[in-house]
Order: sequence, then structure tokens, then C-alpha cells
Amino acid sequence: MTQRTARLRRASLDAAPSITPERAVLMTEFYQANDGRYSVPVMRARSFLHLCENKAIYLGEDELIVGERGPRPKAVPTYPELTCHSIEDLQILNSRPKTSYAVSDECVRIYRDRIIPYWRGRSMRDRIFEAVSDEWRQAYDAGLFTEFMEQRAPGHTVLDDKIYRKGMVDFKREIAEAIAGLDWLGDPDAWAKREQLQAMAIACDAVLLFARRHAALALKQAAEARDPRRRAELEKIADVCTHVPAGAPRDFHEALQYYWFCHLAIITELNGWDSFSPGHLDQHLLPFYRKGLADGTLTPEAARELLEAFFVKFNNHPAPPKVGVTAAESGTYTDFANINIGGLLADGADGSNEISHLLLDIVDEMHLLQPSTNLQLSRKTPEALLTHALRVVRKGYGFPSIFNTDAVVEEQLRQGKSLEDARAGGCSGCVETGAFGKEAYILTGYFNLVKVLELTLHGGVAPRTGKQLGMRTAAADSFRTFDDFFAAFRAQLHYLIDVKMRGNQTIEQMYARLMPAPFLSVLTDDCIRKGKDYNAGGARYNNSYIQFVGIGSLTDCLAAVRQTVFDDKAMSLGDLVKALDANFEGSEILRRRLVNRTPKYGNDDDDADALAVRAFEALIEEVDGRPNTKGGRYRVEMLPTTSHIYFGSVTGAMPDGRKAGLPLSEGISPVQGADRRGPTAVFKSAAKMDHIKTGGALLNMKFTPALLADENGLENLAHLIRAYFKMDGHHVQFNVVRAETLRKAQAEPEAHRDLIVRVAGYSDYFCDLARDLQDEIISRTEHASLQLEGAPSARSSGDTP
Amino acid sequence: MAPHKDGYHRVNMGIEARKSSGAISDPPGAGAGQSGLVFDIQRYSIHDGPGIRTTVFMKGCPLDCWWCHNPESQSAEPEIVVSEGRCVRCGECLKVCPNGRVSGSAGAEGPPCTLCGACVAACPTGARKLAGERMTVGTCVAEVLKDRIFYEDSGGGVTFSGGEPLLQPRFLKRLLEACRGAGLHTAVDTCGFAPWDDLLAVAPLTTLFLYDLKGADSRSHMDHTGVSSALILDNLRALGAVHNNLWLRVPILPGLNDDDAQLEAMASLAASIAGVRQVNLLPYHQTGMHKFRQLGRAYRLEGLVPPSPERMEEVAARFRAFGLKVRVGG
Repeated sequence: MTQRTARLRRASLDAAPSITPERAVLMTEFYQANDGRYSVPVMRARSFLHLCENKAIYLGEDELIVGERGPRPKAVPTYPELTCHSIEDLQILNSRPKTSYAVSDECVRIYRDRIIPYWRGRSMRDRIFEAVSDEWRQAYDAGLFTEFMEQRAPGHTVLDDKIYRKGMVDFKREIAEAIAGLDWLGDPDAWAKREQLQAMAIACDAVLLFARRHAALALKQAAEARDPRRRAELEKIADVCTHVPAGAPRDFHEALQYYWFCHLAIITELNGWDSFSPGHLDQHLLPFYRKGLADGTLTPEAARELLEAFFVKFNNHPAPPKVGVTAAESGTYTDFANINIGGLLADGADGSNEISHLLLDIVDEMHLLQPSTNLQLSRKTPEALLTHALRVVRKGYGFPSIFNTDAVVEEQLRQGKSLEDARAGGCSGCVETGAFGKEAYILTGYFNLVKVLELTLHGGVAPRTGKQLGMRTAAADSFRTFDDFFAAFRAQLHYLIDVKMRGNQTIEQMYARLMPAPFLSVLTDDCIRKGKDYNAGGARYNNSYIQFVGIGSLTDCLAAVRQTVFDDKAMSLGDLVKALDANFEGSEILRRRLVNRTPKYGNDDDDADALAVRAFEALIEEVDGRPNTKGGRYRVEMLPTTSHIYFGSVTGAMPDGRKAGLPLSEGISPVQGADRRGPTAVFKSAAKMDHIKTGGALLNMKFTPALLADENGLENLAHLIRAYFKMDGHHVQFNVVRAETLRKAQAEPEAHRDLIVRVAGYSDYFCDLARDLQDEIISRTEHASLQLEGAPSARSSGDTP
Repeated sequence: MAPHKDGYHRVNMGIEARKSSGAISDPPGAGAGQSGLVFDIQRYSIHDGPGIRTTVFMKGCPLDCWWCHNPESQSAEPEIVVSEGRCVRCGECLKVCPNGRVSGSAGAEGPPCTLCGACVAACPTGARKLAGERMTVGTCVAEVLKDRIFYEDSGGGVTFSGGEPLLQPRFLKRLLEACRGAGLHTAVDTCGFAPWDDLLAVAPLTTLFLYDLKGADSRSHMDHTGVSSALILDNLRALGAVHNNLWLRVPILPGLNDDDAQLEAMASLAASIAGVRQVNLLPYHQTGMHKFRQLGRAYRLEGLVPPSPERMEEVAARFRAFGLKVRVGG
């Protein structure tokens, strides 16, 4: 990395995240002055224009790519129109030990005096909680599911290649044409469409103004610069910001700056989940890279430095903190912007290129918390790119995660997308599949599968509160066969998914009418053509997802019930429930037997895995293909982010031997420590569920650095991944564990039973090793662990997206 | 290469384990090799031949190498093994033992364990296990075939190891036939101490032999492995003449087999055998020490320091000087 990059990187790592009231103040003053004057879309667009016109412009020393969402790096704005932080929220954010955000006294005062009085009761969050049913609220409070849109706007959006071909001037022309083409006599929605399209045009103007203000500041700084080199750089920045986003980019620098302006605009306009992502950056940049090298205006070194400056920009933008109960939890600064590397071209050819490798080098060298990166691995992806990615993976940052592009395409074809759109799509956030630039693929909330089982074991009553949350199903002792019991689980599932979905439909319509996103609509096909907002079904594709959590735990519970109660008849289900309600107090031997001697998902054991498939297929039947309010359909995803910790904390003891309050399994990974037959068995188990029917299924694997240290280990890891993907596996990511984890495993072996370590010429489960051998391996691992400078691991085992 | 279930130790040490002569056969009751004693089956085995493999560890070994890192695999009988790390001293095993003797300690008094397995079934933690399960060819191969998709991409397959797989020659032959029939790459990891006819019988079914060469000095070999090297060396020469894919696995044991004369002799021997494709030099490590101690047996290489990576490179260079393909490690 160059000295400049090192300075930019250091400055980004050293900057402390803080809350800035800037956006809240501007938004509030605009709403107070203009309430009722405009249609909703135009109001949103004009308030966005007000932000772009008045927010502080930052242009830091050494910077090449410019623009910050806040007045300075890591100053995070708030979105009171979506969720209005309370004074207590702000105080917790300021003082909590992990992932804190500095909140000044002035900010608290501004919130007390101006922001809260206006937005309390007007924010989307407040209105959503007013609008949903009692059943929904009860289930939500009990930890049956979460709701994404009570904290942030619909998001998970990724850009395609359109900005590399068109400037704002072009988009505005398209908008004008759409307005001119409105059928005022035949289309009852003509007025709504015109308002929406006008809002889009205003949003384009806002972004143009935002860029011009950067150009002006760059020129001002250039005039004051003493160093002629910096002066030249600033003049170049001014030139870049004058040309983009007005016109299509002319060179590599302009392409990156253009994307960055779009990124800032999207995450300033609203606070969409998972921020925003550039998608296939390597593919999009390639023409500019090659042209620059050919005509001598770019060198590989200069391109790399620009990309590094671009990466620093992502790292400067921590996730806006949540409000309410979740503020006390240690969240993450990661906002899940995710760059795709490799993949396919729309015509089906391999999409990887020299920039794919360059990006991997930068990930390796910079190891920043943000942006996330993922390798899109298709059958056509060269082995060299996979190996390169695995060399980065083995350093233990958890990046890049690896996706099966062929499965990702097939998933989208199943949803009815065109082949070209599917190939140009990919993954964002954690593991979510979408058609980049053409889809609103909305995550609606995590769903606690184990809690559904808990209700089934208690006739629909929540054991701790005594409230009837689920259906009134039969008492535990009345089930005569396992199939009867499973049928009751199915009935609870059906009822609770309906409760969740009714809430989803409500919230979806509220966002469509109350909180449009005009600029995001400009960048998403076919919002302009349809004259419809991104949040109202304007996108070409509109899938809504529910994220199911705990399939591993659920499977192990079902397997334990079947074996213990129905096969072995070792005890009645009623007695088992009593032991669970007592959190296994006085039945420790039973608990250990349940943990160690019942079939477990993750071991390629059909006894257990068939139950995983049965539960999974039930989810598909309940959810997949049901219509949402935007002309799209509901789909299933299997991913937890960190909700398996929260869900576990509100779920009692379970038949798999898990005590009350402990985490559930995450993604489609086995219960922590339950997989005992090595990685091939985990992959086999995981692939028994049909990932093609989902929009993403997350699998985490743990390895020690030594297992991957030599070329042999690396090659075989590549083979493992290819074989998993042959079985239609959607995604895998690797935690390369360090000595610290091994020490934890020594202290709590039951939670780390799946940890494989390289011993000597062979590998073994760490917890099965003699203590002194464990100590030896710890010392060895400590030695072999690579130092991670500055950035915390984004994907430690406890905090896995 | 030996089984990996470290941390377990056997409790019925009274059973005579080792064979001290060349009298090798399938265990009694094995029929015509339809079933055999399998100690463990390890999937994702990446150090026992090329690619991703499943290694079937067969129980029993005619040798008694001082450095053995799995001394519990030496006995050719099933045995109950206990993982101290998993045992929570709940006493469930004691309640069910017909002899009332189960204690988890190697030298317990009382009538010998009959391997009835009641304690294994009763154990709530899985700390007690029966090591040396009698498996049929069908069961064993079904387990091996579970990972076929991983073999295909990686050029992997199945490895039969031990113990010493040729201690159960008919069982091994049937396993190899079934695996080859299924189109798998097959490897046999052997110490070479077996009747020539048994080796010859499995050779056409074996894609790759992993053949141990533990020293060139016959006296030292006898001292440190308990058997003469003559049969092993004769077999190696004979096998190298009829089979074209052998990897020699040479443990490097400082002071025992790494003097100039022995290294020279082993390298020269390896180079003289047409079928030898590769030599794997395996640096001595102390893993076995912990296990010998757990078994209440004396570790006879106390204080022996593993060779440094630099030393291993030196040794590798000597082998390479003979034109051999050499790899340090499995």
C-alpha cells in the first residue's frame, strides 16, 4: 500500500464513531416548514434536496475519492422519520462498552428540544407499531420474530452497470420522457406517477448539487494548497466531481467517484437495510481500467491506490445504530455493503478478470471491517481465483465469503427472472440473492423456529408468561406418534407465519405510501418506466423474504423427541417438557444424554437430516410463492446475522439438551459442537435441503490456520467447496480460529465440539485431545495465528451475518 | 498413519494385544473376510494419499514402534476406550456393569471385561466407546461411499490404514474389491510386515501403496519396532517390482534412524525400486507420549526432540540427491 493509503487507512481506523444530529436537524426543519405542501414523493425528494444543499461537505487531507454521509468520517446521521432515538437510546449508545457511538451533550439537547418533540408518534416505527395486530405485537415481544422495517427502510439493494453508461442528465431525460408519455385520460394513476417521476427528477438534481459542492470545495482547497502535487490532485477531483454524476464516467477515477456519490445519496436519502452495494465491481470497472492502461492515463499502481481510497470510504461509514431494546445490545459497526468478485457475465461467460485479483489483494492488504467482499464462484471461475481467495480466507478475517454463482442463477430462474438478469445478479448483505439494479428484494425479519417448537411443546402457550401466543394445539402427553407431534408443529408454524405475514403486508403498504425512495428508484429498473417507487413495486422484480433461524437446533430437538419419546419410549413427552421447564435442574444425566446420544444434524446422518429436510420443506410450503403487495412473492431465506443469540436468549431449555437462554444454531450450520464427522459430513447434511428453493442459506465452517497452512490444505479446501457447490450449496464462509478460541474451547468443551485442529500428520476434534496436547496446540496456534491489525474480525463465531 | 481419536484410552489392558510373530490372519469368526475389526473411519482425511479421502482404520498391528502415536490401535481385539476429557464421573456405567468393575482405570482388579457394551450404552456423554467395531464389508463401504462426490473433484478416494490392514487380509481384499468396483481410488497404508502372498493378493486392487520404511539398520529396527526388517524389505522390493505406485513413508527419528549411513541406505533403496513414486519424510513428533502415559505404559523415547524444519530439509535434500520426489509431511 502507498504511504497515502496507509495514512487514509490509519485515519479511518483511528476515527471514533459518533452520532451527528446534522441530518435530523435538516430533515426536521424541512418538515416543519413544508408539511402538507407537497405530495409524499415530492416531499421526500425535496427534503433530500434540502439535505444535499445544506449538509456540511467534507474533503479530507490525502483523499482521492470524496464524500461523507456525515460532516466527517464515522459521524453517523440519524433518520428520525424512520426511527426516532430516545434520550435513553442516545445515552446507551454513548456509554455501552461495545460498539459505542459518541453522543455529544449538544446532540442530546437537540434531540430533546427539537427532534423528539416533532417525530415522536410520526416516525415510521411508531406508526408501524400502531398499525400491526395484537397477535403480531405479542409474538414480536416474545421473540418469535423480528421486523426489519421497524428500524430501517427496505433496502438490501445493489447497483448494476447502469451508472457506468449513463449520467444523471440521461436519467433525467428518461424521467422527462416518462412524464411526457403519461396517459392522463386512460390511467387513473397518472397523477401519482407524475408526482413520483418529478420526485425522481428532483432527487437527481439533489445529487448533482451535492457533487458540485464537492467540486467547489476541491477548487477552493486547490487554490489554498501549497504542495503542487496536492493542488493538481484537488483540481482533478474538482474535474471529476464536475463531470460525474452529471455524465457517464470517462475514466477509472470517475467510475469510482460516481459510484460513491450514488452510494452516499442512497444511504442519505433513507437508511435502507444493508446500506448499498456496487455489485460486480470488477466487471464494471474493467473497461475503464483497460482503457486507462492502453491510453497511458492509468497505471496499475494508480488504479490500486484509487481502489484503496474507495475501500477506506466504506470503512468510514459504520452502521447507523438501532433504537429501542436493541440499543443496549452490542451490535456491529458493519453495515454489510458487499462487493462481488468474479461471477458470470450476462451472456454466461466467466466474469472474473484482473481486477478480481486486484480486489483480493486489496482485501488482504487492507483488512478493514468494511466493505465485505464475496467470491462468486461458478463452474467457469478459474481455479486460480478461488485459490487466491482462499489465501485471503485462511488469514482468518472471514473474508471473502464464497457463493455458488450457478445456484444463485438457478434460484433466480426459479423465481421467474430472465437468464441475463439472473446472471448479472448476485449476493449482498449476508447471503441474499437478487437481480442487481432491477430488484427490490426485501428482508422482512428473522423467524425463531425453535420458539415455534417451544410453543408446540406447551399447547401454544408461552411457558414463561403463560400467554397464548400460538394456536391451541394438544397437550404434550396426548401425541401418540411422532407424526402427530410434527403435525402440531406444522399447525403452529402455519399460524405464526400468517401472523408475521399479515404484519409484513401492512408494513409494505405503509412504506409504499408513506416513505418512497425517489433516488433509489432512479437507479432501479423499471421504476422510471413504470412511474412507480422502489418501495411500491416499481422494481422489475419484487421478492419479499422471511429469514428462518435455528434449523439445526430445531432438527436436533425433533430428533431427540422422536428417539427418546416415540422410538425408545424412555420417557413421556410430558415428563420431558417438565425437565425442560425446570431447565434440566435435577436431570443433568438426561440433558447429557440428549446432547451426546441423540441423532444430530451435521453428521450426514439421515435419521437427523431427514427431519431437517422435512422442516425445511414445511417452510417452503408455508411461505414460497405467496403474493406480497407489490406484485412479487414471498420466499424463504436461511440466515441469522446475530439473531440466533437474541432468539436463544428468549427461548427456554430444549429437547436437544440446550439450556434456556443459550444461542440457537445459526444459518444452516449445525448446532455448535454437534457436528462430529468432519467438514464433508457437514456439507452433505447442509446440502440435503434444496438451496435452490431459497434466496440464500448461510453456512459457517471453522478451521484452524494450521489445517490450511500448506498448499495441500488449501487445494483440498478448494475441492471441498467445489463439491459442496456441485450439490447446489448456496454459500459457505470460513472462520479460521485462533488460539483464543481454543482456550475458550478448553473452558467450555460442549460448545466447541466441532472444532477441528491439525494435530500432527492428521487432524482431530480439539475437545477430544488430552489436555496437555491441547495446550501444545494452543501454543502452536498462537504462533501460527496471523496478526490482525486494527480491524476486529467481522465474522467471529458469535457475530455471524 | 493411525486413528485420530486421541484422548481415549483403553481399559481392558488385560487382553493380549500384539502379535509377536508373522502369524497373521483375519480375526477368528471373520468368516471369509465378510467382516472385520474397524477402529475408526475418518472422513476428510487429507494426509493419507492424494485428494480428499476417507481413511478406514483397521485394528491390530504386528509392530510395536516406540514412537507409535496410536498405541491403542495395536491390539487386534475390540476394547472399551474412555475419554477422560468427556467423562463426568456420573457413575452410570458402574450401575450397569455385570462385573461391577468398570472404573476407567487401566489396572483395575477383578474379572476381565467381557466387552458386553452395557457401559457404552449407558454412558450419557459418549466418553465410553467400543473401539474395534466388527463391521461388514457392506457397512464399511457404504460409509466410504458417502463422500464420493468429494473424491471425484480432488482425486481422492479411500485409504485403508491401521493398525495394520494386512492383519486382516481377506477382509481387506473384499473391501478393496468393493471399492474398486465402485470406481474409487484405493490406497493401502502398510508397515509391510505381512506374508508376501497377502500383499500380492491385494496389490492389483490397490491404486497406491503407502509403505512404511522405518530404518535401514536391522538391529535398530528389531529394537525399536519389535520385528526384524528382513520381511519388510523383501516385501518392498518384491512389491516395487510388480506395482508401480508406491509412496514410501519414512519417519525421521533423531538418533534412531537418521544417521548418515541409514539415510543413505534408505534413499538408495528407495531409488532402486521402480515402483516408488514419492518419499514422504515424516518428522518424529511427541503425540504418542501422552497416550503411552494414559495407557500406563512406559514411553521409551522420553526426551527425544523432534527434528527441526531445517533438519528435515537437510534430510529431504539427501533423498532428493538420489533423484527421488520428496515431500516433508504426509
